Amino acid sequence: MLKTEKLQINIGPQHPSTHGVFRMLVTIDGETIVDLVPVFGYLHRNHEQIAEVNTYLQNMPYTDRLDYFNSMANNHAYALAVEKLAGIEVPERAEYIRVIMVELTRILNHAGALGFLINDMGAWQTQLAFGMREREKILDLFELVSGARLMCNYFRFGGVARDLPAEFVPKLRELMVAMPTFVDELERLLRENEVLLQRAVGIGILPKELAISYSVTGPVLRGSGIAYDIRKAEKYSVYDRFDFDVPVGSVGDVYDRFLVRIEEMRQSRRILEQALTQLPDASGGHINPKARQNVRPPVGDAYARIESPKGELGFYLVSDGSSKPYRYKVRAPSFINLTPLGDMCRGYKIADVVVILGSIDIVMGEVDR
Amino acid sequence: MAKLSGAELRERLERELPLALADSGAQLPTPAAIHGPPPMVQESEDVLIVAERLIEAALYLRDTLGYSYLSDIAVVDFLAEDVFELVYRFYHLEGGAPLTLKLRVPRAAPDVPALTPHWPGANFHEREAFDLFGIHFVGHPALRRIYMWDEFEGFPMRKDFSKQGDKYIGDEE
Repeated sequence: MLKTEKLQINIGPQHPSTHGVFRMLVTIDGETIVDLVPVFGYLHRNHEQIAEVNTYLQNMPYTDRLDYFNSMANNHAYALAVEKLAGIEVPERAEYIRVIMVELTRILNHAGALGFLINDMGAWQTQLAFGMREREKILDLFELVSGARLMCNYFRFGGVARDLPAEFVPKLRELMVAMPTFVDELERLLRENEVLLQRAVGIGILPKELAISYSVTGPVLRGSGIAYDIRKAEKYSVYDRFDFDVPVGSVGDVYDRFLVRIEEMRQSRRILEQALTQLPDASGGHINPKARQNVRPPVGDAYARIESPKGELGFYLVSDGSSKPYRYKVRAPSFINLTPLGDMCRGYKIADVVVILGSIDIVMGEVDR
Repeated sequence: MAKLSGAELRERLERELPLALADSGAQLPTPAAIHGPPPMVQESEDVLIVAERLIEAALYLRDTLGYSYLSDIAVVDFLAEDVFELVYRFYHLEGGAPLTLKLRVPRAAPDVPALTPHWPGANFHEREAFDLFGIHFVGHPALRRIYMWDEFEGFPMRKDFSKQGDKYIGDEE
């Protein structure tokens, strides 16, 4: 056996597989990873500090920029935190509209994330193009309701900015008829696919106990076999009225995370169907008319969290009674899900790092804040 | 579903770890009125503990009560009170509301025991708190800056961090 020397290399910050400006300081022995240290901060803009000099409402569009894939989910978590702090009630129709938007976001995120993951494995573009095609359809719906495709800024304290336009529900129904075909096709294409099996099965294993102690959330935690979903564990909004399952993996490898995301798209569609059936008519209004947007919450603190497509997204707010938050803290899922990256990669090959990182599904806007 | 309220937790801690509880009980520090009228002291369910006893209390939450999931560590700078408040949030994997531990350290000597040796997941939270607030976590294996570059001086999230150069600050509407 030849003696080899350990070598330190950088993957990133400018690298197509790092999904943004993210650097991994990797120590390798031959092609095997001995150690990996994630380095970030390239996109740091002190989001939390800027939020302290804005009024509560001014922060709403700013939350869009955290996880720019899922602006609706960010809006939801922030709106919940402010409503908890200020004691604002939300009419039922608005709750349903919110759930519809966030579940659409989840489908959009997973369709994109799976595409990028397959891309990282070297199956260039095909799956990504399919995922992006589905994403576009949902973005069209977002444009319809909010006027923007990506930075939606749609939620308000006590409801949403405007009611659904008349053509929204028929268009959504149309989309939902086509959606199972996409998910089934995706699964048929890839579930037994030799490339995927070779690159994903048994790679990047995160055992149950480690997943808990590393505080990971979302599909990464569920892929490790823990059925923890905030929509069930600490119900918020109207999630207690829907019937849906929480998919879990068994081993906690890349393949499990992949399968969990596919199944979550199906479950989101189930929720959408129930939400559309139960959606109250417009008489209840889409926003609480008594809710002041220039809100001055009483002194105190509040924490609200949602199951965002990437995991637990929470906002911690401290109010000093003025129109601006005294403290605004984001508990970002992508950021915390990166903590075990070193442990997940140790012992695998360099080419696997790219795939493991892709399976965590990070967005640097949220990691660096 | 795990349902332990803050009051029940305080009761339990009083019985099992009496030294861990801080005297001032349920009162939150009052935020300095940087842009508002002076606030009033308010009641809270959260449990305030002594900084030195953090690890004991956290392990009690994890091993005895089953709150094994450390979700968040937040720091609040109460400049007028001259303290940093740290907020730890623990969840039970069966679901339910969190148990929140709070502790306060003087701004001049912000030393807090690190949870990273027990919860590897606390690593980035603590590094973030060190980077932005300058909280010194005793026993942390690699307490380095996480967002700012290593040569950066000062802690940008502190309320007294100079915001010179920002023309919008100081002009209250």
